[in-house]
Amino acid sequence: MSFFLIRYGEISVKGQNRSFFIQTLIKNIRKKIPDQELHIRQRAGRIYLESSCLEKEVIPFLKKIPGIVSISPFQQVASDVNALQETGQRLVQKKIPGTPLRFRVTTKRAHKGFPLTSMEISRAVGAYVLRNTEQLTVDLENPDLTLYIEVRKEGSFLYTEKIPGVGGLPVGTSGRGLLLLSGGIDSPVAGWMTLKRGVQIEALYFHSPPFIGERSKEKVVDLCGTLKGYAPKIRLSVISLTPSLKQLKEKIPEKYLIIVMRRIMMRMAETLAEEKNIPALITGESIGQVASQTLENLMAISAVIRRPVLRPLSGMDKMEIIKLAREIGTYRISIRPYEDCCTLFVPKHPILKPRIEELERLEERLPIDSLIKKAMDEKERVTI
Amino acid sequence: MESIYLDNSATTQPSPEVILAVQKTMEHIYGNPSSLHKKGIAAERILNDCRERVAHILGAEIGEIYFTSGGTEGNNLAIKGLAAARGLEKKHLICSAVEHPSTIEAVRYLEKEGLKVTYLPVDEEGFVDGKLLKESLTKETMLVSIMHVNNEIGTVQPVKKIAEIIKENSRALFHCDMVQSFLRLPLTGEGPGPDLITISAHKIQGPKGVGVLYKKGGISLKPLFHGGGQEEGLRSGTENVPAIAGLSASLQKEFDSQRVQEMKDHLTQSIIDAFPWVKVNSPPKDSAPHILSLSFPGFKGEVLLHALEEEGVYVSTGSACHAKTVQISHVLEAIGLSREEAQGTLRFSLSEENTPGQIEMAGRKIVQAVKGLSSFAGGKR
Repeated sequence: MSFFLIRYGEISVKGQNRSFFIQTLIKNIRKKIPDQELHIRQRAGRIYLESSCLEKEVIPFLKKIPGIVSISPFQQVASDVNALQETGQRLVQKKIPGTPLRFRVTTKRAHKGFPLTSMEISRAVGAYVLRNTEQLTVDLENPDLTLYIEVRKEGSFLYTEKIPGVGGLPVGTSGRGLLLLSGGIDSPVAGWMTLKRGVQIEALYFHSPPFIGERSKEKVVDLCGTLKGYAPKIRLSVISLTPSLKQLKEKIPEKYLIIVMRRIMMRMAETLAEEKNIPALITGESIGQVASQTLENLMAISAVIRRPVLRPLSGMDKMEIIKLAREIGTYRISIRPYEDCCTLFVPKHPILKPRIEELERLEERLPIDSLIKKAMDEKERVTI
Repeated sequence: MESIYLDNSATTQPSPEVILAVQKTMEHIYGNPSSLHKKGIAAERILNDCRERVAHILGAEIGEIYFTSGGTEGNNLAIKGLAAARGLEKKHLICSAVEHPSTIEAVRYLEKEGLKVTYLPVDEEGFVDGKLLKESLTKETMLVSIMHVNNEIGTVQPVKKIAEIIKENSRALFHCDMVQSFLRLPLTGEGPGPDLITISAHKIQGPKGVGVLYKKGGISLKPLFHGGGQEEGLRSGTENVPAIAGLSASLQKEFDSQRVQEMKDHLTQSIIDAFPWVKVNSPPKDSAPHILSLSFPGFKGEVLLHALEEEGVYVSTGSACHAKTVQISHVLEAIGLSREEAQGTLRFSLSEENTPGQIEMAGRKIVQAVKGLSSFAGGKR
């Protein structure tokens, strides 16, 4: 049996939508915690969770749910000074690292009928803990450890930890977005960043057999699996780019290949988004990371579609992206070696400042509508 | 769509007899061969039976057969085990430049530790030069390691001739990696054979994780693993009894070398007829009947591989793509292929399970795939 106090942040300021946000968060928590007997209550701007699982089984899941700012596993005891003292001592004892530690007690008294005031409770428990624990000193200003006590009529809570959560908004409260997911380092991070803002993402992977092997697709499936840790669900659609690549290679000059290919990918993504009624696209593009990511190129890419393209990484450095990718667990998957080794479509000198009229003129050589239709007809849905 | 598996040098499909033998052994003969009771004895009988069969095939004594976990362990045990027994000081080792990585890397490791090493170059068909071997032998040479059949291009080294050169000109031992040739082609010629031989079960339709090191009587090797002293102390660890039973079963499987050779010739011909510019890397003479290496310059092997995969044909490449760099195999480099040729190299490796109909179909599919991708090929095409 374990108990958790869950704090949410931005949700509390969301005015009349508040209850929708909280209900979504609770729904997401239920979906993620593998526990049939989960009890969730919501009170005074917090969520209280009671699980039949062990603390260490539940925490890893909670730490990944967007909308949760922090998690405090707590002990529940009768509202009685002796019980508070003993449990408080036990909790502090667990945290003693073997070197001297400064601590304090902070009490909140919701049960106004309790015989002691908050201050008196803190003092009584603090003194008891101090007496019974080695290497402990009191420091009210700069404690290394705080023992929190909340006294309620039906029982009191004690905890020492505030485990940071992902923060942000519950997934699903900001609508849906279509993530263009490759096997690389960037796009999964972009997906995570939008998940964190409450967007339920659906992933789209452009496969191009035989130029890209089946293992690259596996990689994308695994990336979706990792992202699913942060969301109630992830859907993945796979679209074959091969027929388009064949046309491109035949009809488009080499230095325009990538930009025209991207424009085709965007059109396909938008068609899929249209079908699924998704209002925005998400990409892992950042500015200037590779030669083809100039602002002119981004403009040329976005020019073929009407939906907004979210590029959450546009302001980040590669090192920052890598750091985040490691933290969210996608890096290990992204760096698997079987990447698109096919330098086949990577010209030595891609065009940096394309003129849109020029691109449009070139694209007249391609049967774009039928390419898109074929791609949609043959798309594959992968269950994550 | 029917699968046409042409990657038998990577691994083979276990035969039904092998699967049955492994399963039956796991079910009924689960004792530890070292146990004193009859469950142990039953397990030991499986080991002895297999030892006997392998010894018979190699013309060796039962006491010269040691079970290992496969080719990599066999090569490591032969090379590192001998070096550990003899020491590295003033010692010399010779191996060919086209050995399997489990040989080359073991040798490189010893070289870093201070052993003197000669890597024998090969000609453009992958053969070592007997004269060069003779010149490389010194009084200090303790081991020559040369494989029988090259796993990438199929070149068959004249093992008996090599043994003769070694014996006549030095006191060195001869280790031969026969992983690709065991039960596929015999050692031909007169005279003595190798002193140490590595064999792996999963290349002959046996199970993975088991193999044999043949060690001629009187040679002393230091073990890689220390422990319970199994395999006369050379290889501690409870023997992989079910897999060894599987190995026994795989030894009984026939291999019609001529039939496989005919299929290989047919496959070669059908590709060359369509594309005369394709380079055949496997030698025309003294080539393994089941291994065919072809270069399609201008194409990327990996792309061709995936295109064939879509058609149900499974093959290997001669180079591995790693993100932005392409690593070319040391074998293809040693036989002097250009970068372009190496990148466009495919290996087709056949087995007894393939049929002429499959090969006919594979040939057509290969031609089709190459044609389909020709607009993507750079360079000459």
